[in-house]
Amino acid sequence: MSNLLFVIAVLAAAVVGGYLFRLIGQKTTQNRPYFRDMPFLVAFGYVFGAILIFLCARLYLQPTTLESGVPNAVTIFFRWTVHLIAGLALAAFLFRLAGRNIGTDGSKRLFRQMPITASFGILTIILYCIVALMPEVFAPYGEAEVFAKSYVYPFGDPAANGDPAHILGTDEIGRDILSRLIFATKNTMFIALAATILAFLIGGIAGLAAAIFGGWVDSVISRSVDVLMAIPALIFQLLLLSIASFWANSYGIPMVLFMIVIIAVIDSTRVFRLARSVGLGIVAMDYIEAAKLRGERLGYLITREILPNAMPPFLVEFGLRFCFVFLTIASLSFLGMGIQPPSADWGTMVRKLADFIKFAQFLPNAALLPLFPALAIAILVLAVNFVVDWILDKSSGLKG
Amino acid sequence: MAEQLLKVRGLKLEGLSGETWTPIVNGVSFDLKKGEVLGLIGESGAGKSTVGLAAMGFTRDGCRISDGEVEFDGIDLVNASAAVKRSLLGKRIAYVAQSAAASFNPAHKLIDQHSEAPVQHGVSSKSESEADGMELYRRLRLPDPDNIGFRFPHQVSGGQLQRAMTAMAMACRPDLIIFDEPTTALDVTTQIEVLASIRDIVEQFDTAAIYITHDLAVVAQMADKIKVLLKGDEVEESDTRTMLSNPQEDYTKSLWAVRSFERPKKPAVNTGATPIVSIKNVTAAYGTVPVLEEVSFDIHEGRTVAVVGESGSGKSTTARCITGLLPPKIGHIEFDGQALPLDYRRRSKDQLRQAQMIYQMADTALNPRKSIGEIIGRPVQFYSGKTGSEKRRRVEELLEQIELDPGQYINRLPSELSGGQKQRIGIARALAADPKFIICDEVTSALDQLVAEGILKLLANLQDTLGLSYMFITHDLATVKAISDEVVVMKDGRVVEQGPKDEMFQPPHHPYTDLLLSSVPEMDPDWLTTLLDQRGVDNIGDAAVNKMA
Repeated sequence: MSNLLFVIAVLAAAVVGGYLFRLIGQKTTQNRPYFRDMPFLVAFGYVFGAILIFLCARLYLQPTTLESGVPNAVTIFFRWTVHLIAGLALAAFLFRLAGRNIGTDGSKRLFRQMPITASFGILTIILYCIVALMPEVFAPYGEAEVFAKSYVYPFGDPAANGDPAHILGTDEIGRDILSRLIFATKNTMFIALAATILAFLIGGIAGLAAAIFGGWVDSVISRSVDVLMAIPALIFQLLLLSIASFWANSYGIPMVLFMIVIIAVIDSTRVFRLARSVGLGIVAMDYIEAAKLRGERLGYLITREILPNAMPPFLVEFGLRFCFVFLTIASLSFLGMGIQPPSADWGTMVRKLADFIKFAQFLPNAALLPLFPALAIAILVLAVNFVVDWILDKSSGLKG
Repeated sequence: MAEQLLKVRGLKLEGLSGETWTPIVNGVSFDLKKGEVLGLIGESGAGKSTVGLAAMGFTRDGCRISDGEVEFDGIDLVNASAAVKRSLLGKRIAYVAQSAAASFNPAHKLIDQHSEAPVQHGVSSKSESEADGMELYRRLRLPDPDNIGFRFPHQVSGGQLQRAMTAMAMACRPDLIIFDEPTTALDVTTQIEVLASIRDIVEQFDTAAIYITHDLAVVAQMADKIKVLLKGDEVEESDTRTMLSNPQEDYTKSLWAVRSFERPKKPAVNTGATPIVSIKNVTAAYGTVPVLEEVSFDIHEGRTVAVVGESGSGKSTTARCITGLLPPKIGHIEFDGQALPLDYRRRSKDQLRQAQMIYQMADTALNPRKSIGEIIGRPVQFYSGKTGSEKRRRVEELLEQIELDPGQYINRLPSELSGGQKQRIGIARALAADPKFIICDEVTSALDQLVAEGILKLLANLQDTLGLSYMFITHDLATVKAISDEVVVMKDGRVVEQGPKDEMFQPPHHPYTDLLLSSVPEMDPDWLTTLLDQRGVDNIGDAAVNKMA
């Protein structure tokens, strides 16, 4: 109840403050157009934002231990969040700074026009790729190496159940979490990339074919896609995977292959929709008609006339699809149908360690165990989205 | 001496390009008295619309007024607060946009949109303004004025919509209306009706107006005085008659001179000569909707046949039948005396090569991701098999033929060219196939008059040097006069009249041809008045076309 009252009080303060802010602005600047024509909601936003910043600062500055000796979990987690975001932003800033001063003229120009979010995204993707390509170099221990002590907490402080040898702690059977996180990058990213590329091949070719031929070809493909899309994706994937696990056992085909194909086929329906609508827009152009009347073949039409113009939306969709496929793999693993042990995977790690979230109030360090793999997923998805946003912004400009 | 209404002094505007503000309008001044009409003319990019909007104290996103004053009835509009502007716009100053179809909200009935402004400004009640709307519809000579307001925008024609929009602007009886190219998108017979209605109602209510257009003949009918703009600069201003009879500046004179281009007459075609293209009794339909009925005409070697008609008359469909994109139901196409397969997919490479096409919108006709060299080089390679330096030489030769410097343009993308240059690339691509016959589909209608003139002259020169034959689709009779040897008039999918150009422009005409010819505005400022006196309001434009049908 008191929380609700607090929220209402803050809002009321912002309403009154916004009104006063605008009034004072008008009086002190002799009615300059900026304050004179300022809508009330804008003034409200300024004041509300100021109050929020103040509240955040107060939360940040509170002591980490309460008087009773219990850790102040809210402040601790808030500080971690602030430090993480500040650290990532600093890394992104330095990366962009380096990019602006090192390299060719072209790459320097690219970095000069780059927003900080995009530089964060690119840096993250590069780091993930390096780690995924050679996990053995970075991981302190092997993927399935088991140590004596399970459930070691992060940060290596022996007083708080930590161990300097396992900086991020160990899991339920004593495997090093940092090493598992690093090996999982390879497993998850490889499957996500393969599935996305396959989805684009299937969906892209079918979509452009439907757009060019139209008529019954279009109807047949589109209706089949509608049927596939009508079944809830996750349930369908679980169903197909359980059927496939039977085949995998009886024919000795690796389960990973089935997983890639199943995810790709289900995701290709979304790619198909995009490819078809983009294709329809381009096929209606006069330059396609001119090429048809010249007598050009289908292959030339697709590769030389249509694809170059469809590239920007395709690239953006590729980034987004990659994120969704990635999340799908994590969800499947979390549900126990994805990547199987002993291979490391972020989704599985979240599931196995999820119980520690309950200790957040009393043992903030322990609660981090499931949050590390979750963070690994979140940061990559965020990074890809930032880069996609940036490409979209660039390609929708006048150059498009 | 009428009362001063609008005073614009040294108006400068800037636009945001990238991250810097660049000037778009460099100091425009004018005065407007009550009931006076000012015509603003200039080519695209001259800043006409920007000035028109700034006269309302409004700028588009990414534009700003950097200097100068706009004073409307004593109110400083440049520094006026949003509240003051809100009380003026729609009530005392109204705006009529170029495309009425895009400016009406398709989800509401006309009369509801009409009464919005008066109710909002507290001028009248909803029922009063609806009754007034019907009265205005009557005065603007809309058909069935009592009920037309209860239709949705898509249920009335383009010309009617433009008049309904004028009525909407009149709803609060404003002191000033800005007309931004209100008739540019309309057919001539529709345009003439809209012009007559607008002029009438502006006179009746003694409303001042700024009439923005690129068409000199139109502005001559509408305006009391004319101001000419060029790239954001004032060229000159004077009253309409002086401006027409005695323009001072070179630029203005060049605008006036455009309409004088006409190529010399060619000798008559030998009877019995095989036409290069012959359309025989073509009947075609989109699905079950008939669009062409028994269309026949011939195009002889080295000749230009202009196909004229309003939108929807079947001109472009005829072109689609010739190119084979829409195989006719009945009839056939002969090329050099031999019947062509009806479907383009069954034609040989050589048959495809002989007939080329130039499109109306150069923007959609050129692949934006390919360089000029690739766009022109592809047909060269495709048809003649030339590659490497041989192909490059041919492309350079073609660029020279269309009067563009190869070294400068060969590596550019279409987006780096002006509208006229893009259209020239379209011509070069057609020439690259080394054709005998080219279909020009409204090739000049998206261009400014001076640029269009250049394209027409280029096409005429190419015809003389290469012996090409053209089928020239257009709705603009000035273009027909300039370039054609023979004329085919189409209406509702049928050929109404055809013959050599001289005969077509001399009476006696088919009644429809006569109507088309008489609807083309002339530079004479008395033209519309005289025409209305001679024929009466009900015998011009679409009203007369409908009577024929």
